[in-house]
Amino acid sequence: MQVELVSPEAVLFSGECSQVVTRTVDGDIAFLDHHASFIGALDIGQTQLWASDGIVTLALNRGFVEVSNNVVTILSDAAYAADEIDVAAAQADLEAAQAAVAADDDDDDAKAALAWAQTRIAVAGAS
Amino acid sequence: MASGQERILRRRIRSIDATKKITRAMELIAASRIVRAQARVRAARPYSDKVTAVIANLASAGGEADHPLLREPAEVTKVAYVAIAADRGLCGGYNNNVLRATERAIAADAAEGRDYELVLSGRKALGYFRFRGYRIAAGFEGFSDQPSYADAQQVAAAATELFENGCQRVMLAYTQFHSMGNQSVAIVPFMPLDSGEFDDDDAEGSAGGPEGGYEFEPEPAVILERLLPRYAEARLYSALLESSASEHAARQRAMKAATDNAEELKTNLTRIMNRARQDAITTEIMEIVGGAEALSQTAGGEVDLLSDTIEARTADLFRARE
Repeated sequence: MQVELVSPEAVLFSGECSQVVTRTVDGDIAFLDHHASFIGALDIGQTQLWASDGIVTLALNRGFVEVSNNVVTILSDAAYAADEIDVAAAQADLEAAQAAVAADDDDDDAKAALAWAQTRIAVAGAS
Repeated sequence: MASGQERILRRRIRSIDATKKITRAMELIAASRIVRAQARVRAARPYSDKVTAVIANLASAGGEADHPLLREPAEVTKVAYVAIAADRGLCGGYNNNVLRATERAIAADAAEGRDYELVLSGRKALGYFRFRGYRIAAGFEGFSDQPSYADAQQVAAAATELFENGCQRVMLAYTQFHSMGNQSVAIVPFMPLDSGEFDDDDAEGSAGGPEGGYEFEPEPAVILERLLPRYAEARLYSALLESSASEHAARQRAMKAATDNAEELKTNLTRIMNRARQDAITTEIMEIVGGAEALSQTAGGEVDLLSDTIEARTADLFRARE
């Protein structure tokens, strides 16, 4: 199936993939060829694309996925591959977010920042 | 001696030449930036097309849209304007065109009893409205050359806040980029979003439409809730990018005109300078000839010697001029 990963500033990935795994706000979901038409909102998390030249793992900061006619379109404000992640910056964000969550348990922004930092570190470490 | 005038002219020509070099450099820089800005406009299109397509699919799949961003207001008492101009000048009428149009629209609203709010992008926009004593709700600067999506998010957030707090309508004033030689100021409705745009069944992105009903995760309404702000941001982003491309095009044109003018001025001044020099030489020769004439009348006879002296002095004079 055809997969397109689109950010507001550019098309980040466009090509054939055998499988796509991503995370919607309700949980992980995998798409294989000829998946039924689907629209979902993505949570902060990892997305994996089984491209012809290997598995591409990306950190996604929310977004949307649309599947129709064997085309998977992923829209995301921020999507980074492992080699594009600044681990030091992510680590700093992680510590700041941990402190913010510790200070205020109900701070959703801080929790999102924490999840985003953790995702980036996990993706960078996985490669 | 007229050489004083000649020196002044020479100095002016040199200064014009220096200015011409600067305007020429700015022209070339702007020209190269238009190309890059156009590429960015193109690169941003897939995202906004696809967001539009997804919203259209959501709407047609029964996600009956009752979102504040889609609700037409019953009565408009306050309009927010998002005006996009440049950080720098030297770009002809670019800034003034869009800012005047905004000011006129505000005046037209005022005539109908509507209040205004202003969200400004670009240092020149801030200066313009601050000088005229307008109330500015939010101002952004520093990115008109090369706006990023994060910049668009900031501006969109400011506009959304106004929309949620008292403004029933948000208008977007910017410069549309049609082509290299054609840009125009446009004031378009920004919020509420035009739900007509999503009704189109042949929306791009999903060729042929879905072959069945969509599955949603989570509920369509929840997805729409998240997607509409993205759509607003994407629209604002493309307006920022088009404005930036227009700014560079306007600057390129303005600087080309300035360079041409400098060239013309230089030609004219050089001509005047040469004439002044010629006049000075002629005057000096006349003085010498007149003097010699007077001498020959008093002394008499030694005409040969005198004409030799005149020739020698005239030759000296020309050598000194070279």
